[in-house]
Amino acid sequence: MKKFKVLGTGCAKCKTTVLLLETTAAELGQTISVEKIEDPMQIISYGVMSTPAIVLDETVVHKGGLPSTAEIQQWLTS
Amino acid sequence: MFQIFTDLASWLSFSVLGLSPDTKLGDALHFFIEDTSKIFALLLVMIYLIALLRASMNVERVRDFLAGKNRGLGYLLASGFGAITPFCSCSSIPVFLGFTSAGIPVGITMAFLLTSPLINEVAVLLLMSLLGWKFTILYIIVGMSIGMLGGLFLDTIKAERWLQSFAAKALEQGQTYSSAGTNGTIQSLTMSERHAFAKREMFDIFRRVWIWVIIGVGLGSALHGFVPDGWIETHLGTGQWWSVPAAVLVGIPLYSNATGVIPVMESLITNGLPIGTALAFCMSTVAASFPEFILLKQVMQWKLLAILFAMLLVSFTVVGWIFNSVAFLL
Repeated sequence: MKKFKVLGTGCAKCKTTVLLLETTAAELGQTISVEKIEDPMQIISYGVMSTPAIVLDETVVHKGGLPSTAEIQQWLTS
Repeated sequence: MFQIFTDLASWLSFSVLGLSPDTKLGDALHFFIEDTSKIFALLLVMIYLIALLRASMNVERVRDFLAGKNRGLGYLLASGFGAITPFCSCSSIPVFLGFTSAGIPVGITMAFLLTSPLINEVAVLLLMSLLGWKFTILYIIVGMSIGMLGGLFLDTIKAERWLQSFAAKALEQGQTYSSAGTNGTIQSLTMSERHAFAKREMFDIFRRVWIWVIIGVGLGSALHGFVPDGWIETHLGTGQWWSVPAAVLVGIPLYSNATGVIPVMESLITNGLPIGTALAFCMSTVAASFPEFILLKQVMQWKLLAILFAMLLVSFTVVGWIFNSVAFLL
């Protein structure tokens, strides 16, 4: 199971990002875990300043905006 | 070049809807159609073009650039970068901590964060088209000065004393290791990557601001059509010194972005509100808001928040007074 973390201080875009990950995974029939990280110190510890950012298995794969569906599919299938 | 939007508005409101230009409704509707169509067209074209140019600009690069710079230059650069670097205001806290843990002084970080909402490409664009280039240049100079002087002031009073303890620790560690390696690699982008970025930005920004344009222009045109001529001038004119701090006090807790408030400002000015009062009101709505202060509470103690609030109140008021007294030169 792939472990995703969404880093963000709680703006609308971060919530949309979580939703996007979950729906895309459901479409592909995959179960994933998505954790939302809102603590600023933890966000910074990933070296991220522009949110929302996405962490897949402890590596930052995306930051500074909504991911595209194509990108998500790529993370899910890789 | 903007005549086409006036013509479109006249055609729609007077020919298609058959309103008379002499009625209040006709006048207000004409103003509304002209301004929204003009702003929408400009936004789409200009956001795309500007995004093409600044595709490779991001906060990580700004941080790496600012880390270890000398102070005097730091304030200038930070507020300059604040004006041109895009980031969502919900990223303020991670940006604050990121800068801080790179050892960048609080004042320089705040110069960046204060200038950023005041000046951005959308604001500049709207000001140019609605209020002319002279006003726009003044606005940019004032916005950057507030950022720089604000930052300088915060460092002078040693504002880092009133950070939350974890943020203060991050700053301390950052300063010790400030020459340590930075992770911002400069990537060069191909034209098609730039195009993809610009297209995404265009839709993204447009989707975020269109409603503000409608609200702003709507309020503006209501003022334009329905507030009697001369009313604002008589009641809130330059004679009333208190109107400036009052405008700022009302403006700070209110939240709007520049896109929404600039059309209102244009309408207030053409209806006779003194230019300084209008500018002070506009800047205070854009620069700060309650939600933002609540976010900043995570990294700052109440005392620093109160100082920040007072600092903004004083500086916007002074800007308003100065502009009201030199308005005849514009």
